Amino acid sequence: MTASDLLNRLFMAVLTLLGVAVIVFCLLRIVPGDPIAMMISPSATPADIAALRAHYGLDLGLPQQFGIWFMDVLKGNFGTSISQRRDVMELIGERLPATLELAFAALVFGVVAGGVIATLGTLARRTALDPALDFINGLFLAVPDFVWALALVLLLGVFWPVFPLSGRIDPTLSTYFHTDFYLIESLVTLNFSAFGDLIAHMVMPMLALGLPLAAIVVRTLKEALAEAMVQDYVLLARLKGMSPLRLVLQEALRNAVGPTLTLTGVQFTFMIGGTVIVERIFSYPGLGNMAIDAVINRDLPLIQGIVLTFGAIFILVNILVDLIAGWLNPRGAVHG
Amino acid sequence: MAEIVTTTTDAPVPLRSLPMKTIKPLLREPRVVIAGGFLLLLLLIAIFAPYIAPKDPLEQDLMLGNMPPATSAGAEPGYYLGTDDLGRDVLSRVLYGSRIALTVAFVAASLSAIIGTLMGLAAGWYGGWADRIISRLVDIWMAFPPVLLSVLLVAVLGSGLHSVIAAIVIIDWTRFCRVVRAETMAQAQLDYVMAAETIGFSRSHILWREILPNVAPVLIALVSLEMGIAVIVEAILSFVGLSLSSDIPTWGGMIAQGRQMIHQGWWVFVFPLIALFATVLAFNQLGNGLRKALDPVMRR
Repeated sequence: MTASDLLNRLFMAVLTLLGVAVIVFCLLRIVPGDPIAMMISPSATPADIAALRAHYGLDLGLPQQFGIWFMDVLKGNFGTSISQRRDVMELIGERLPATLELAFAALVFGVVAGGVIATLGTLARRTALDPALDFINGLFLAVPDFVWALALVLLLGVFWPVFPLSGRIDPTLSTYFHTDFYLIESLVTLNFSAFGDLIAHMVMPMLALGLPLAAIVVRTLKEALAEAMVQDYVLLARLKGMSPLRLVLQEALRNAVGPTLTLTGVQFTFMIGGTVIVERIFSYPGLGNMAIDAVINRDLPLIQGIVLTFGAIFILVNILVDLIAGWLNPRGAVHG
Repeated sequence: MAEIVTTTTDAPVPLRSLPMKTIKPLLREPRVVIAGGFLLLLLLIAIFAPYIAPKDPLEQDLMLGNMPPATSAGAEPGYYLGTDDLGRDVLSRVLYGSRIALTVAFVAASLSAIIGTLMGLAAGWYGGWADRIISRLVDIWMAFPPVLLSVLLVAVLGSGLHSVIAAIVIIDWTRFCRVVRAETMAQAQLDYVMAAETIGFSRSHILWREILPNVAPVLIALVSLEMGIAVIVEAILSFVGLSLSSDIPTWGGMIAQGRQMIHQGWWVFVFPLIALFATVLAFNQLGNGLRKALDPVMRR
């Protein structure tokens, strides 16, 4: 990707984000249910209500409201949450690290587990194990994160209760932290009891998000490896007496990893979208869980802020994926 | 996209000969037969639920709350899968739940398919500004987390079956649009389209009579996959408590209820989850089987 391509992509990204902002803003103005009505006491007079409406700018016309809000967003001011009466940026800043840690853990799990299984499957080509693996993987591909999460609640939460069923960390341990990146901080400060507790809480939501990703990695990587394994250079290496495992890892994998990486990037955005419901199921205090509460509470500024944050992350990941794909395969320019 | 190239001799299939020519390979694909059979059975259960269900799914009996399934000790005769905390029969509620699931699946998937296909055909065939606008719209749509958007839409539209279906259609038309657009563009490059242009067929004639039938196999498979997605989305919305009133038995609603009381009785949680899982798996396998059976290149 050349510099002008990148500039073009960034311009398009801003345009897309503006589109997201307009849509979510318009959508929220037609939400039935008055947010002001939810925050006032029953004894408030009509004058109180009007004052409050003016305070939140709800008495202005739609284009003006959008203009004011969008100019504030550009300055990094997302407004004040109506239900929590706190700065939206601050609230998102507190919750986003939890979601990012969860999403990256699931990404690492999905890629590693998928990579190992695809490698083993390639070694087991033309044995009875291979079609069995494909069949099981086909089933895994069909199960979405929501169903995984519920099945895990049942299996690892109730029937064989080894992992905590909800939350991010034992409340007695959470006072210790200075940042909101608990997992990273506990690792850096070598606080292993907190680290272990964080991991234990993370296992189930991570599996729910990571297992569908692992299945996709297995399918894509296995296909790419199968193609690479019949190429001349691999046959040559085999004739030279290279062991099958080294053959796969050293020769085939290097050339098969490109398409898998691109697809993983695309799946990663879907996975970030999946955190919304998975966090809900495990009461994990991330951005998605807060988003659903915000919708239920009709907390317009908070919803707008969260949706824009998600949109920005999606677009950023997509650009990164394209950059990596272009870097891996400089011959063909990739167009989304 | 090399894999969807069809040979020119059998490409513009006359519509009349389609049924026999397509049904035979379908029946040779085990996934289509098994998954299709299961879904047909589910459809019959949904239609005849009042005759099949042993109890009224809404009838409460607080004396019989939290009864375990028939295999466990202390089960109440006649309640094969146990009862929930309000004493409602779990089996009957699971059977009735198929009604909402299938209604949402058929209606939402068909509407998304129609809208998405029209947009995709327009973008892929006419190109130009139509393509630019539609592609930009799809880009914007893709930047929303789908679950959050569906929750948001149901909050905007108000809960109820119509809102759930509308939310799914508003979100998922892009799935069809993207695939149909790419497929139409690929088809437009093929010889048969050029031949049709040479003969002097009009642009719209070529689109509807030549290209659409060739896009149809991919489309049909996609509809089946979308039905599975629609069932999941409805369950998610019910789980969050936004789909339908709790009086109407839905699998997602039962799962949410079972999640609350999972330590008192696992059965309220497990049986609707199994129903949901089997249905989604069936739609998924049917879709993949159809894609394989209908694709002339993959069939070889």
